[in-house]
Amino acid sequence: MNIIRKNVREYGMYIALIVIWLTFSITSNGLFMSAQNINNLFLQTGYIAVLAVGMTLVIIIRHIDLSVGYLSGFLGAVTALLLIETNIPVLIVLFIVVIIGIFVGLMNGSLIARIGIPSFVVTLAGMLIFRGGLLQVTLSQTLIPRSDFFALIGSGYIPSIRVISGMHLSTLLLGLVGILFFAVMEIKNRKNKIDYNFEVLPLKLFIMKILVISIAILYITFLLASHRGFSWTLLIVLAVVFIYHFIMNKTVLGRHIYAVGGNPEAAKLSGINVKFITTIVFGSMGLLSAISGILFTARLNSAGPNAGAGFELDAVAAAYIGGVSAAGGVGKVTGSIIGALVMASLTNGMNLIGIGVSFQYIIRGIVLIAAVIFDIRTRNMKLAK
Amino acid sequence: MANVLLEMKNIIKEFPGVIALNNVNIQVKQGEIHCLVGENGAGKSTLMKVLSGVYPYGSYSGEIIFNGEIMNFSNISDSENVGIAIIYQELALVPELSIYENIFLGHEIKSGFLKTVDWNETVIRAKAELLKVKLNINPDVKVKELGIGKQQLVEITKALSKNVKLLILDEPTAALNEGDSENLLNLLIELKNQGVTSIMISHKLKEVLAIADTITVLRDGQTICSLDCKGTNVTESMIIKNMVGREIADIYPKRKSVDIGEVNLEVKNWNAFDKTNRHVLKDINLNVRKGEIIGISGLMGSGRTEFALSIFGNSTDYKISGETFIEGNEVLLKTPYHAIKSGIAYVSEDRKGNGLILINDIIENISIANLKKISKYGVLNKSVEIINAEKFRNALKIKTPSIEQIVGNLSGGNQQKVSLSKWLFTNPNVLILDEPTRGIDVGAKFEIYTIMNELVKQGMSIIMISSELSEILGMSDRVYVMSEGKITGELAIKEANQEKIMELATIGGH
Repeated sequence: MNIIRKNVREYGMYIALIVIWLTFSITSNGLFMSAQNINNLFLQTGYIAVLAVGMTLVIIIRHIDLSVGYLSGFLGAVTALLLIETNIPVLIVLFIVVIIGIFVGLMNGSLIARIGIPSFVVTLAGMLIFRGGLLQVTLSQTLIPRSDFFALIGSGYIPSIRVISGMHLSTLLLGLVGILFFAVMEIKNRKNKIDYNFEVLPLKLFIMKILVISIAILYITFLLASHRGFSWTLLIVLAVVFIYHFIMNKTVLGRHIYAVGGNPEAAKLSGINVKFITTIVFGSMGLLSAISGILFTARLNSAGPNAGAGFELDAVAAAYIGGVSAAGGVGKVTGSIIGALVMASLTNGMNLIGIGVSFQYIIRGIVLIAAVIFDIRTRNMKLAK
Repeated sequence: MANVLLEMKNIIKEFPGVIALNNVNIQVKQGEIHCLVGENGAGKSTLMKVLSGVYPYGSYSGEIIFNGEIMNFSNISDSENVGIAIIYQELALVPELSIYENIFLGHEIKSGFLKTVDWNETVIRAKAELLKVKLNINPDVKVKELGIGKQQLVEITKALSKNVKLLILDEPTAALNEGDSENLLNLLIELKNQGVTSIMISHKLKEVLAIADTITVLRDGQTICSLDCKGTNVTESMIIKNMVGREIADIYPKRKSVDIGEVNLEVKNWNAFDKTNRHVLKDINLNVRKGEIIGISGLMGSGRTEFALSIFGNSTDYKISGETFIEGNEVLLKTPYHAIKSGIAYVSEDRKGNGLILINDIIENISIANLKKISKYGVLNKSVEIINAEKFRNALKIKTPSIEQIVGNLSGGNQQKVSLSKWLFTNPNVLILDEPTRGIDVGAKFEIYTIMNELVKQGMSIIMISSELSEILGMSDRVYVMSEGKITGELAIKEANQEKIMELATIGGH
């Protein structure tokens, strides 16, 4: 059962998430799994999940980005300010903010790659700078943009087309399309592997895996469809994950990123421009910081002087829980999303059953350590075979 | 008959699914040099790990008798305490610390009420210890400033300072040039005269024959034979026969006379300066023709690898002047990317350090330098990638249960084949092989040489850098010798021999 051992890390994470959800469902008398709460949970996860995706790439290439928290806070505040002070259309404002984010990321990346300053130092400086920038933009007040369209991004739902016995049709359709897509991809993948004589899951387990995941998606789809449907935030996050997952797994760029993380010297000698890859990865982090800042500001429909504080650490924690290796070269975007969801579920669930903030931090810390211990143990097992 | 210092009896060590050691017996006499030989995977390292307590008592079966007593080591410090010290291929020194700090690391000399480290005494003792290995050097120097040969001596000093009775060396000369190797071997004989017993693992049979009192051959986890070198006349082919269980007619397969063609790569007036403005490479002129293997020989630090890296897209970031021509056209090799595009490939001497990505599988390692060929608009075609990897696996006989295997789990020889596959996949015209057979066993060596012959037959040019003179003489059509960053001589293979090469390698660049 080599194949199971190889993937025990990944399965372990999904199982942990299910256990957490079940535990909270029981202790909160079903409140945790209510449509409204699940919806909430996704909204709470969204802006961290987006950062975690970018952080995954950064950690894969053996760096860290501490500036993303305040950068996303700062960019959120810039968005709010532009919406309040100018008449620029919302979409153009968002475009401008995203461009600023990319620019800042590329700057970080250049300082790290070209001048050779450790990323820890560069982004620590960035953290201070954007913290100051945030205070300056908000003038230590809370900015409230008055744009319905903008608020929709953070707290709106996709149009339902039609409601059938209390269910939003569009959401149901999207969910079904998602399941279909997932199943087709998995089956195709398996068929390919069998063609090349690679090891695959035994058929029974494979069918079980597809069934379990399909049912989970279906359940959540029904749950959300009966409430208000999919939120725009959820779709944006899913789109980001889909695109990054594709880049990391199917493109030359993704392969180069893994190579730079796995062995920068070997990557360089293989004709890969390590400096370019480093700059691009930080550029992408800047882009995602902008999206995160927009999601967060839109959700609260306000930008406060302390927005974004600590997001970077949540993103790093999500990535580690999701199986990214600090030694570089290992990690999956999808894993980090689950990691973000685990962290958000813990916060959400503990709030529901009334555990104090102090204990919440302690428990989340313990979970982080436990996840990494599990990670190291299973990784050693793989090498020892 | 001399006393037996160490006896390992009926050692059996199993890993899940594999029997690594199957009833191994070995007897080491007091005051001898005992060499342990065998192909990669024969179980030499495993046996030494059992002996040193890396695999604790209970995880194997059998008996270890040391100095007449049965030993049950549960960790490395247990074995160190009775006087067994192992020196691994990868040295265990701290580069940023000085020589004396390294020597007494872990057993510091303490004094005074608070048992603080007595640095004065440490330096004095260090000096004395260093003299034992004939290293006359200021112990204040940081280890990172020493060459690899001297680092090894420091490591041996460290072991000696612990009053070692049995010194185990795992391929001590693998990374050393001929001169340093000779020093080391002389030192082992010196230590033997002082009463230190040693076990040496080595792939280099010449050195083994030069110093061994007894040779034990392992194959597939079993003791094949123990040869006494004093009484009988042991030969290289005898050992090889026992190692591989078959006779290898010739270590270097003969090429069927290849037509050597036009000049393929030519380097003119090549000069390089490193970041501290040191003149690393001086006025190098060199060419290689189609269908030709040129050997670059020279001592460690003569600039061979630096030269290769500097043509390979200046991957060491030197300041460079000079010209490179491929088939008569001048090419600018600004980065490795440009070098690869111009048809140059560089198979690194350091497979693990900068050749391969050990955590990735065989498939990804083979394609990484030429992803363009398996992609369209930047999107990878994994089916083509897999078919390609499978092709190389068959062509180069990479031994692995699956091409999905993580490269870090392969043996040295198979790793080298993956590394070679990776570069052959870039379709090179000029293949630079830096120490192509370092640390790999006789069988795999032969296979690599055969592949090289096949490649030049197809018209490729090969530049082979090697520390092993016999390899240079056995494989090259022409030999360049380097010393202190300069080419000190060019020899046609007919006029080349070990003495001439060594002479050119040691005359210095001025």
